[in-house]
Formats: sequence, structure tokens, C-alpha cells
Amino acid sequence: MGALFVREVRLGLRSGAGILIGVLFFLAVIAVVPFGVGPDLKLLARIGAAMLWIGALLATLLGLDRLFQADRDDGSLDLLIMASERHLLTLTVLVKCLAHWTVSVLPLVVASPLLGLFMNMEPAAIGATTATLLVGTPAITLIGAVGAAVAVSLPRGGLLVSVIVLPLTVPVLIFGVSASYGAVEDPAPFLAPFLILAAITLFFAVLGPLAAAAALKSSAD
Amino acid sequence: MSETVSKTGRWIDWANPTRFMSFAGVILPWLAGLTLIVLAGGLWMSMQAPDDYQQGATVKIMFIHVPFAWLSMMCYTIMTIAALGTLVWRHPLADVSAKAAAPIGAVFTALALITGSLWGKPMWGTWWVWDARLTSVFVLFLMYLGIIALTRAMDDPAKSARATAILTLVGFINIPIIKFSVDWWNTLHQPASVFRMGGSTIDGSLLRPLLVMAIGFTLLFFTLHLMAMRNEIWRRRVVAMRRVAARNADRGPVQ
Repeated sequence: MGALFVREVRLGLRSGAGILIGVLFFLAVIAVVPFGVGPDLKLLARIGAAMLWIGALLATLLGLDRLFQADRDDGSLDLLIMASERHLLTLTVLVKCLAHWTVSVLPLVVASPLLGLFMNMEPAAIGATTATLLVGTPAITLIGAVGAAVAVSLPRGGLLVSVIVLPLTVPVLIFGVSASYGAVEDPAPFLAPFLILAAITLFFAVLGPLAAAAALKSSAD
Repeated sequence: MSETVSKTGRWIDWANPTRFMSFAGVILPWLAGLTLIVLAGGLWMSMQAPDDYQQGATVKIMFIHVPFAWLSMMCYTIMTIAALGTLVWRHPLADVSAKAAAPIGAVFTALALITGSLWGKPMWGTWWVWDARLTSVFVLFLMYLGIIALTRAMDDPAKSARATAILTLVGFINIPIIKFSVDWWNTLHQPASVFRMGGSTIDGSLLRPLLVMAIGFTLLFFTLHLMAMRNEIWRRRVVAMRRVAARNADRGPVQ
């Protein structure tokens, strides 16, 4: 499993365009917001956390179709599925998700404080948003794994994956944004939504790989 | 032990599409007739029902809004059971049932949203609010559309059946969220008032037409569902026959 993780990370880094495009897309989404809503710094500071979350969500969805597609194209996905007697396929999927998250979503989280500065957010808000993104984005990847596995046999499933996955990621978005706001605005709590966000991530760490493994198995035969 | 065997045996009986078709052919006219009678009775009762002292005549929208909302959740539950049937028992009719139910459920959900927003404009002063119940039902609508898109995207029904079943099972998390959204969050949408501990809070004069309408629309759902399943089986038979015909044509005339 460790070897698989290293292999996935190396493959992801080797095709460096993948990470860069994700971060660039994130940057582009955030850069477009001031043009859309106007350069009012107060307004930008208020909607900043929500915009960072939406941008990160979209950028994560953008890269999801690559989760299993490349492996399917070169046949290594079939090998992984055939090896499921020795290694639990659910675990393999979980490792793949973690590697995918490390390579293509972690850069987004790292980039988010900088983009938060663009949105004129307070330091506390930036810190809270980054923390919620760090905890919440794995859930998006894990939910997305189900969509990616379900649509893996389709030639151009990228858009379909986004359509399927987006409704399921709504709770992540809700609690992520409300925790980010809770850190800044006084009456709203930070810890409660943050813990729920962590719970969602843990919940989908079980359900996501389980469902994705089932979908991959049925797509293989 | 023997009872379980006979029970599964009965389930397997329905796996024969021809037997299902003959059953559907017998029961459909009766079901459709019953639906018509109950719905007509429900409509008449709704018209006779007194106006609410606060809501006035708009309370009558509830007689169709509430059944639509219930059915949108029931339809998804049926699809989830069908998904289990596909994955666990590999029941051949389960995916037909799930595929046939999805568009009907999407329409019921859309109607629930539309009637609710028609009621919300005079009562709440707005067509739409992003509160928990409305948002979660909207998410349900999006999930129906996603499932329909996935079913249509794959040519091979066997493959699309299992993929759709897995997606349906994952999406079932939303159903308890919808049900309890009015209890967990403070919402504009009123909390459950028909099925609750300590009896309904609705007066009998308004509750009776509502329940009759709910039964009527449930019957309507099952009628439409059976018809859609029958269509789906016919469609698959046509595809299979075309394939056979194409294969025979390829072979050339047999001497």
C-alpha cells in the first residue's frame, strides 16, 4: 500500500501539468469574482470564505476524472482489481484517493491563504478557511471517487462526474463555509461546524472507497 | 428455513419478465381505475374543504404539494431498495424498476418544488428561500437528474444498472436529511405536522382530503411506475430482437 501511494504521488508529480492546472483554475475562479461582484473590498472580505470554498470545490471536481482514467487507459486498473484477493480493493481505492488528494488538492489548500489576501480577508478568516479546506477537501475527493468510479468506463465522463458528485458535496460546502464564518463573526460557533466537517470526511473515508470499489469491480468484467 | 426458501422462491418468480408482464397487464387497468376514482374523490373533497383561517384558499395547494413531496422521497426509497435488489440479489427486474422510477421521481420532486414556491409567494412573500428543507429537496432533484444522466450515458444496461445502483445507494443519505431537516435546523418551512408524536396538528376537515389525495397520488405513482417498467422491458426486447435480426441478416439468406 505504501508502494502504491508513492507510485501514485510520483505519477501525479511527473505529469506536473495536472497540479498546475488545478491551482491555475482555482486562481482564475477567484480572480474572476472581483470582476463579477465589483471591487468593493468590504463585500469581497465578507464573501471571501465562500468564494474560496466554491473555487476549491470546482477545482477539485475538475481533476476528479483523472483519478481512475489514466490507470484504466494503461491497464493497471485491471491489475489492481485482479489483485483484490490479496489487497482489499477498498483499501487500494482509499490509498489512491489519498495520493490524489496529496498531489492535486493539497496545492489548492496551500494556495488558499494567498488567494484569501486577494479577497481582502482578515488573518483569522484566512486561517479558518485554510483549516476548513484542509479538513473538508478530502471528503470531496472521497465522494468524487464514487462518481469517478461509476463513470470510469465512459469515454468522456468528466462533466458527468461533476454533475453526479456536486449535489453530494453540498453538506461539505455548507459546514465548511459556516465554520469559516464562525471564526470571524461573533455569535456563530466555529468548533461545532468544524467538527461536523471532520465527521463528514471520516464518514466518507469509509463509504466512498467502499462504493467506489464496488463500482470499479462491476465496471471491470 | 423452508419458509425462507419458499420466500426467495416467490421473489425469483417475479424475475421472469413474461410473468411480470402478464401480471402488469392484469393489474394495470384496475390500478389505473382505482387511481382515477381516489384522485377524483380527493379533488372533490379538497374543493369542499373549508379555507384555513390564516392561509385562506391557498391552503388547497397543500393538498397536492404534500403528496408530491412525500412521493418524491418514497420514490427515491423504492429506487434504493431496487438498487439493493440489483447489487445483492441480482434481481433482473430491479434495475428496470430503478430506471423506470427515476424520471417519475424527478417529475414529482419538480412538482413539489413548483407547488411549494407557488404557495410560498403569497404566504412567505418570496418564491424561494435557501432554507434546509427546500435546499435538501432541491439537492434530491439534482440527484434524480444525475442518476437519469448516468443511466442514459451507458449503452449496456447491465453495466449502467450496477453503476446507477451504487450512486443511488450513496445518494440515499439525503433522504433522512430531508425528513429531519425541519427538526435539526430552524427553518421557514414548518415542521412535520401530520405524522408526529401526539397526533396530527391539522384539523380533520383539512387532514381527510390530504390523506385521500396522498393515497390517490401514491396509486398514481404505482400505475405510472408499472407502465414505465413495462415500456422498459418492451424497449429492451426490441433492442434484443434488432440485434438478433442484424446478426441473421449478416449471415445472409439461409439456403
